[in-house]
Amino acid sequence: MRTIRIGSGAGYAGDRIEPSLELIEKGNLDYISYECLAERTIAIGQQAKLQNPQKGYNGLLEARMEKALPLIWEHKVKMITNMGSANPIAAAEKTVEIAQKHGLTGMKVVCVIGDDILPMIDKYQDTEVWETHEPLSRLDGQIISANAYLGVEGIIKALDAGADVVITGRVADPAIFMAPAIYEFGWSMEDWDLLGKGTCMGHLLECGGQATGGYFAEPGKKDVPGFGHIGFPIAEISEDGTLVITKVEEAGGMVTPETLSEQICYEIHDPENYITPDVIADFKQITFTQIAKDRVQVTGITGKPKTDTFKCSIGYKDCYIGDGEISYGGPGALNRAKLALEVIKERLELVAPGQFEEMKYDLIGCNSLYWNPDFKYQEPSEVRVRVAGRAKTKAIADLVPNEIEALYTNGPAGGCGAVKRTRDIVSVASILINRNDVKPEIVVYTV
Amino acid sequence: MKLYELAHSRTGDKGNISNVSLIAYNPADYEMLKEKVTAEKVKEHFKGIVKGKVIRYELENIYALNFVMYEALGGGVTRSLSVDMHGKGLSSYLLDMEI
Repeated sequence: MRTIRIGSGAGYAGDRIEPSLELIEKGNLDYISYECLAERTIAIGQQAKLQNPQKGYNGLLEARMEKALPLIWEHKVKMITNMGSANPIAAAEKTVEIAQKHGLTGMKVVCVIGDDILPMIDKYQDTEVWETHEPLSRLDGQIISANAYLGVEGIIKALDAGADVVITGRVADPAIFMAPAIYEFGWSMEDWDLLGKGTCMGHLLECGGQATGGYFAEPGKKDVPGFGHIGFPIAEISEDGTLVITKVEEAGGMVTPETLSEQICYEIHDPENYITPDVIADFKQITFTQIAKDRVQVTGITGKPKTDTFKCSIGYKDCYIGDGEISYGGPGALNRAKLALEVIKERLELVAPGQFEEMKYDLIGCNSLYWNPDFKYQEPSEVRVRVAGRAKTKAIADLVPNEIEALYTNGPAGGCGAVKRTRDIVSVASILINRNDVKPEIVVYTV
Repeated sequence: MKLYELAHSRTGDKGNISNVSLIAYNPADYEMLKEKVTAEKVKEHFKGIVKGKVIRYELENIYALNFVMYEALGGGVTRSLSVDMHGKGLSSYLLDMEI
């Protein structure tokens, strides 16, 4: 029975590059997939593309491709990535340019497009938005991006066309890991159990180091060996869906039922119904078995027929958030910090009464993470004051960080280390569209 | 005793929904965790943070509970005013719960 090895090259847009290079060199891989898109990454990329039509793809694409392309060519590993973000065509052209520079003649770079539904967004004005339960037409803010979560279809087309590198925009995260198994083994797109297993593999790999001990370490309780040089995970998947998760032997980190248990629960809701464009995967009966050091077999996964719809993420200009911080230390620090919060509250009510949608007043080190009204204050040796406010205009939002900074000369004694910023907030709303409205297409480039 | 002694946890986010897992270190503790750490208890523990409902799912074979908490991220990851916009620190807060 055939088995292929798929590596995880990145778990988010800005992930570390070195573990992916180690995987290509030492992982005996057939494929490496880089997952680089969070919920609103494309909306932000779309803004970059408006400024410059050659931008809007992942900011680390050049850095990754410069190092990874010669290695995948040498080691005969195919690469799949959603680093195309809001501009897969420009990302593919840049990749071709880098491949040419390295003399990788014959390399095929294939771009998957079709996820961008912004040109036809008017068609969905009456569609209900999940977050607001109102029609899209009533969304409060200018729409700047709209992308469907595609499944494996476009990636399979790209592999059929002989791709060495596949670059996509928005696709479901597990799809970039599952597509090679479907392509290599000729799995039916209606074999729901196999697609469930492939999706499970993708879910375990899509966050990179989160499967190998990253975001896991707890000194004394969950110690991770070789943490400084943690490796990214590898999936070994066979024609019948047999699945083992492992890593490069000399890489740091570890693969255990515990590391994978945390990752399988990450960002899932009902484990019986993990909805993706290709299948509804059922993780309810998942079992992890340690079969050797850093080798875990995954069993108990099934699947159910896919839905008729694609989820779409719509990015829109939402609001501005202004925030600032300042520290107080030494004896009496807590009382001075509390006084600072009172003073800021009073001053903002003077300069902009009723103009903020919402405010948050934090004492970092005491109560900032848990919104906790019952917090019992203990005297800290230092405390950091933070105030954040949300407003519809930048001018109003700016008042918050400005008042924080002004504590230098107008606040309690000993304020130090003030920082301030105002962010232009792009938010994401979700709708469902008919899957027949979207057709993935490919563009083939040969170096 | 705090849950920290018995279990580990990771938080995920989707929009304004947070999911927090609770995974027993020792399979022998799983039934007790199921009995004590109900959705209602978790909702009470997260009062002030979670404005909506809490639903609990079980993954028996890996000794895990998965709490899905609605209206939990200060309006959603993109527009939350929290230092921790993703609510990633909520897992540690669950482990602070006394049973």
